[in-house]
Amino acid sequence: MLDRVENIRDYSLTGRGAERAVALGLASAEWYHTDVPRKTMKELMQRSDGPAIRDTMLWLGLLVLSGAGGVWFWGTWMCVPFFFVYGTLYGSASDARWHECGHGTAFRTSWMNDAVYQIASFMLMRNPVNWRWSHARHHTDTIIVGRDAEIAVMRPPDLLRVLLNVFGILDVWYSLTGLVKNAFGIYSADERDFIPASEIPKGVFAARVHVLIYVATIAVALYMGSWLPLMLIGLPRMYGCWHMIMTGLLQHGGLAENVLDHRLNSRTVYMNPVSRFLYWNMNYHVEHHMFPMVPYHALPKLHALIKHDLPEPNPSIWSAYAEVIPAWRRQLRYENYFVKRELPPTAKPYREDLQPDILH
Amino acid sequence: MTDWIQACAFDDIDNEDVIRFDHDGRTFALIRSPDDEIFVTDGLCTHEAVHLADGLVMDHVIECPKHNGRFDYRNGKALKAPVCVDLSTYEAKVEDGYVFFRLR
Repeated sequence: MLDRVENIRDYSLTGRGAERAVALGLASAEWYHTDVPRKTMKELMQRSDGPAIRDTMLWLGLLVLSGAGGVWFWGTWMCVPFFFVYGTLYGSASDARWHECGHGTAFRTSWMNDAVYQIASFMLMRNPVNWRWSHARHHTDTIIVGRDAEIAVMRPPDLLRVLLNVFGILDVWYSLTGLVKNAFGIYSADERDFIPASEIPKGVFAARVHVLIYVATIAVALYMGSWLPLMLIGLPRMYGCWHMIMTGLLQHGGLAENVLDHRLNSRTVYMNPVSRFLYWNMNYHVEHHMFPMVPYHALPKLHALIKHDLPEPNPSIWSAYAEVIPAWRRQLRYENYFVKRELPPTAKPYREDLQPDILH
Repeated sequence: MTDWIQACAFDDIDNEDVIRFDHDGRTFALIRSPDDEIFVTDGLCTHEAVHLADGLVMDHVIECPKHNGRFDYRNGKALKAPVCVDLSTYEAKVEDGYVFFRLR
């Protein structure tokens, strides 16, 4: 017999949370979608190389220029602004590139998606095989406790961990130790839950390549007696990940768990043009989860088309945090609390049958 | 060999697009290629049983709407993770403006 007011959450993918999600019909379930005519959706889904080639050349060009500036001014305070830009492009913008190219929607040409996906995965210290599968699970079972491997802030929120991860302090440790374990063929039960056995050898190979590059970088740094090689490879994942954390935590922070309607567990936030370039429009996050086939450059159009059916977007990053931080603080005392975002009168109401496990 | 099943009119499917067709408790994807050939595959993605008819046809590839897994719809070959298992395909033809296919 399932206890519907159970407070203890088990986020592992092989424990009680997983059993509970399956028993409640939350695993691999049907989700709410706003009605969009097929012809319109087909137009929105169309792939194009142009926008992603332009944005990738800009991204890589700025990386080279800012990295060169950092090297040129190394040893003086003048290197700081260059490494700030380099780190943000390396440790934050790479997340959006990893994401869009992992979906295969950024470019029309497959090898371009694959190439940028591999580069961005390396920058983020993510095993490209593991994370492809964890992200597929994230889309199947978004913020379903015991099923989703990518829940960034679990309840009760560990706010110290959140703060440390603004500088990648815990994430990098877990990422690197994970890569080393994978390189030795060690995969956890959780990882094996979402990665098919046939894909594990590919993950082992990818982890070995990543570890080899990091070992070589450390060796060069030791040989040179300088931090500079690590400022260019590896450390930017720490000193430059602030924007990834700032934007990423807003995707689902403080919202509902165990629901089958992305309007309840995802957040759309209007952002400035620089953040939207770094983030490749993932601020339209409800739209992305509802229709993951739509490329990043078409998300503003999709948003305009379906916003009548979605909660009002947060008007800024600042306003979104004004919603998220109090929610996290309240969850420290009352774990079941979440922000239930109001729908406009034009929207179809939330359906009770798509919230079988909502805990008030 | 089984009988031909009449599915829909050829014009019911747009160029480089797909529609869903349910028959005898099963679901199929009827796909019209950019060069106006008709192909028929199982209707559900082999990864998470999502209807491919909501997906995208690009050249000779159909992409699943949920996780962007890709198949070559001419032979059912799985092309991109998270799909690993090939899709079943069926012989199809167009006669008098109608699409027919048959099960094996």
